[in-house]
Amino acid sequence: MPALDLGGNGKKSDLPVLTAKDFASEQEVRWCPGCGDYSILKQVQSVLPELGVPRENIVFVSGIGCSSRFPYYMETFGIHGIHGRATAIATGLKASRPDLDVWIVGGDGDLLSIGGNHTLHILRRNLNVNILLFNNEIYGLTKGQYSPTSPVGFVAKSTPYGAIDHPINPLAFALGADGTFIARTMDRDVKHMREILKRAHKHKGASFVEIYQNCVIFNDGAFEAFTEKDVKAENDLFLEHGKPLVFGKNNDKGIKLFGLKPMVVDLTLSDVSKDDLWIHDERDRTKASILTRFFDEPGSEHYMPRPFGVFYAEERFCYEDAMLDQINLAKEKGEGDLDALLRGKETWVVD
Amino acid sequence: MSEVHSRPIRVETKQDVTILFAGDSGDGMQLTGTQFSETAAILGNDLNTFPNYPAEIRAPAGTLPGVSGFQVQFGSKEIFTPGDKIDVLVAMNAAALKANLKLLKEGKIIIANVDGFDEKNLQLAGCKTNPLEDGSLAKYHVYPIEIGKLTRSALEGTGLSTKEIDRSKNMFVLGLLFWLYTRPLDHTINNIREKFKKKPEIAEANIKALQAGYSYGEATEIFTTRYEVKKAKLPAGTYRHIMGNQATAYALIAASKKSGLPLFLGSYPITPASDILHELSKHKNFGVRTFQAEDEIAAMCAAIGAAYGGSLAATSTSGPGMDLKEEAIGLAVSLELPVVIIDVQRGGPSTGLPTKTEQSDLLMAMFGRHGESPVPIIAANSPAGCFDATFEACRLAIEFMTPVICLTDGYIANGSEPWKFPTAKDLPDITVKFAAPRNAGDPKYLPYKRNDKGAREWAIPGTKGLEHRIGGLEKQHETGAVSYDAENHALMTKLRAEKIEKIADAIPLQTIDNGSEKGKLLVLGWGSTYGTIKTVVRDLRLEGYDVSHAHLTYLNPFPKNLGELIYNFDKILIPELNSGQLARLIRDKFLAPVIQFNKVQGMPFMESELKEKIIAILTEKEK
Ligand SMILES: Cc1ncc(C[n+]2csc(CCOP(=O)(O)OP(=O)(O)O)c2C)c(N)n1
Ligand code: SF4
Ligand SMILES: [Mg+2]
Repeated sequence: MPALDLGGNGKKSDLPVLTAKDFASEQEVRWCPGCGDYSILKQVQSVLPELGVPRENIVFVSGIGCSSRFPYYMETFGIHGIHGRATAIATGLKASRPDLDVWIVGGDGDLLSIGGNHTLHILRRNLNVNILLFNNEIYGLTKGQYSPTSPVGFVAKSTPYGAIDHPINPLAFALGADGTFIARTMDRDVKHMREILKRAHKHKGASFVEIYQNCVIFNDGAFEAFTEKDVKAENDLFLEHGKPLVFGKNNDKGIKLFGLKPMVVDLTLSDVSKDDLWIHDERDRTKASILTRFFDEPGSEHYMPRPFGVFYAEERFCYEDAMLDQINLAKEKGEGDLDALLRGKETWVVD
Repeated sequence: MSEVHSRPIRVETKQDVTILFAGDSGDGMQLTGTQFSETAAILGNDLNTFPNYPAEIRAPAGTLPGVSGFQVQFGSKEIFTPGDKIDVLVAMNAAALKANLKLLKEGKIIIANVDGFDEKNLQLAGCKTNPLEDGSLAKYHVYPIEIGKLTRSALEGTGLSTKEIDRSKNMFVLGLLFWLYTRPLDHTINNIREKFKKKPEIAEANIKALQAGYSYGEATEIFTTRYEVKKAKLPAGTYRHIMGNQATAYALIAASKKSGLPLFLGSYPITPASDILHELSKHKNFGVRTFQAEDEIAAMCAAIGAAYGGSLAATSTSGPGMDLKEEAIGLAVSLELPVVIIDVQRGGPSTGLPTKTEQSDLLMAMFGRHGESPVPIIAANSPAGCFDATFEACRLAIEFMTPVICLTDGYIANGSEPWKFPTAKDLPDITVKFAAPRNAGDPKYLPYKRNDKGAREWAIPGTKGLEHRIGGLEKQHETGAVSYDAENHALMTKLRAEKIEKIADAIPLQTIDNGSEKGKLLVLGWGSTYGTIKTVVRDLRLEGYDVSHAHLTYLNPFPKNLGELIYNFDKILIPELNSGQLARLIRDKFLAPVIQFNKVQGMPFMESELKEKIIAILTEKEK
């Protein structure tokens, strides 16, 4: 009988020292030159050696899309699944093999359109996996249709007169689904991305990380207001647990809460002190919910800067652990006996 | 029975009896039928049951669509079907009588609950006059009994409400039938006590009603005959009573034990397949993981994930759920991972007839995916047969690294029969060999390298040195690397098809179930029509007709000798509960001129209609 060690965390520590290169597969990377996916691949490869998980225990599961080619480039186990279903495949894998380190990769179409339902359910079930949403606000692989994250009015192949769908707000969605770890980062800020990836991995539960990813071909510059050096500081708000919400070129702006209403305040004015500002608390669901709503277009009236970092982190039991607990509890009362099962309660003999 | 009666009562011996318990869906007829059947099984009768109930949980009371029925045929001879025509009709109300009277043999028994024939019930059933009084039932033995009133008076003083008391009516009827067929009450009494463990007063009320029904039979003057049905001469062995879906669930557990693989079931509730999920979720002490997914797509995908991780993975569903799974089944074909897909067929298209039976998913199982994506198909032929078919599906899935579709249907999934159950030792081991770990210097791992069966290795995560990627994109032969090469795609398509064809070497040859190997007519069936064809061919052969019966379990691939076997007959008749799906496959594969006999009424074949058809073919003048 094959020995299958189910349960436990399987993170053995007698590991050889690996480097980012050890996580790069031989497969030639085929994204368009300049695609934001390259940066994400590189950060993941460079973070993995620091996580202390044996390479053979890591599985990348993806759906379909440019982003979903990701597993092919990783020298780990990997499944390139079908469109939208990576979360469902990963659920079966993680539920049956809690010892594995499971990562899910998908695009905005994959995880939020065709696969939106499964994303909702993996979040509420809180399997201990890491979900990386490569949001480029476009369908890349099918050559440039608008996606569920594209803004209203967005002109693409299938919307020559502009998109008329109200876009989905991925983090508000994830929080609404009772996700236990919700974060945002971007392809261009590699240091930030690495930090967030490590935090996501460390979190026990379904970690949902939205990554702003530039599609150079079909939606170039979609996030430039947040990623380009000259404007970034004015538009981005980097969240740090326990620190006040401050942004701006000279860290001269802050966010202050008036009741549940956030307002931008000018820190150069003498009557405002940093002590009055909103202090970020990752465990505060209500505040996280307000932060996910910082979603206006830069430059619009009452603009709130776009937050990056960990919005929310909560500890909640994981589905696969509860499943295993029930099994162990049932086994304690008596391991299943096949003969007794087949025989049932009542039998009779024919001679 | 050596009971002493207080009045002259004759005891008549019967070879077989068919009873239909019919009432409102709230009348508890399913429970009554099940209890009666279990007792018959324990007494050593052979039997077969058929629950027939409406799709609505509580269809409007008293109306024809609200009628729920449970039919059981039991006997001292071998029984393969729940019976065509019935000997006893238990009608709890006017609608139940009206809906089922056509099934009752002339001169046979109606036990009618008089309280269910009041003005309101007659009106709801659309009866202008009361059939119990208008002479229209003169051809039958009618026993009008005030079941409701008698139950109420029996349970007077129990402190239960009238509503609660009325719920025990079915136990009164059951008690009466136990008396009529000289059966003991103890099995049912034990069951009631167990079922209402937490409500002893309800348990006692039900037992009291049961005993009151029995005593009523004994005391009332209207019954002058009791019946006795002796033990059946079944093959020697130890038996139990089993339902189809239960057998399917047990087979998955058995295959998990015999393969040493943990069992994972991904499923989304759907009639008539849900009981497989229900049953398996009870057996966590076997390490079974049941996952109630958000939909059938997720259920199938989760099964794929579990299979990838090294579990024995399965998913259970019915028609509409099969539609949703197909894309993911295609993925399993491409990934070459073992997943057992159980399709408990029901009437379609679309929502169709959720609680009625049909064999109409065969062509879907065969061709239901885009691209060329062959999948082996196995069909169960009886309630107990669900065990063998499912176990075999697991074996083939693992041995050939492929998804396998196992077809059962509403008729056998909810039906039941005695089962000469196997012991764990009787069941064959299922050998599993995961790909071995590799060291640094070893040559590169080839995930799509095949063995002599055409199967690739099962390389599960967590195995050192086996890191590799698989996916739904076409892959290069052996290396598994993504490949759009034309020749390679042709090769991989061929290899995938050949692997499934090679299964023919790993399954038994087709045999003739009954009759000679050569002759005028072969009746070729598959799946749940087994019992009916078996019974009809047996009877016709006794009458001297030259007819044989062969029954297919393996639908894809067919057994290797099937072509040879069918060509030994002048004519081939294929009866199916669809418009001719197996007929199409047989014609296509063997260019054989088959005669179709089809029924799509959501109901199994009647023995009589099949018999008529066969006789017509055999007596047809050559043109
Ligand atoms: C069932 C199904 N429908 C449609 C497609 C076609 N398709 C492939 S990828 C894709 C969308 C890709 O967009 P996204 O998920 O955002 O990924 P990206 O390419 O932008 O990374 C679509 C519609 C498919 N492969 N499968
Ligand atoms: S189409 Fe866009 S998302 Fe896809 S690889 Fe090219 S740049 Fe990247
Ligand atoms: Mg996209």
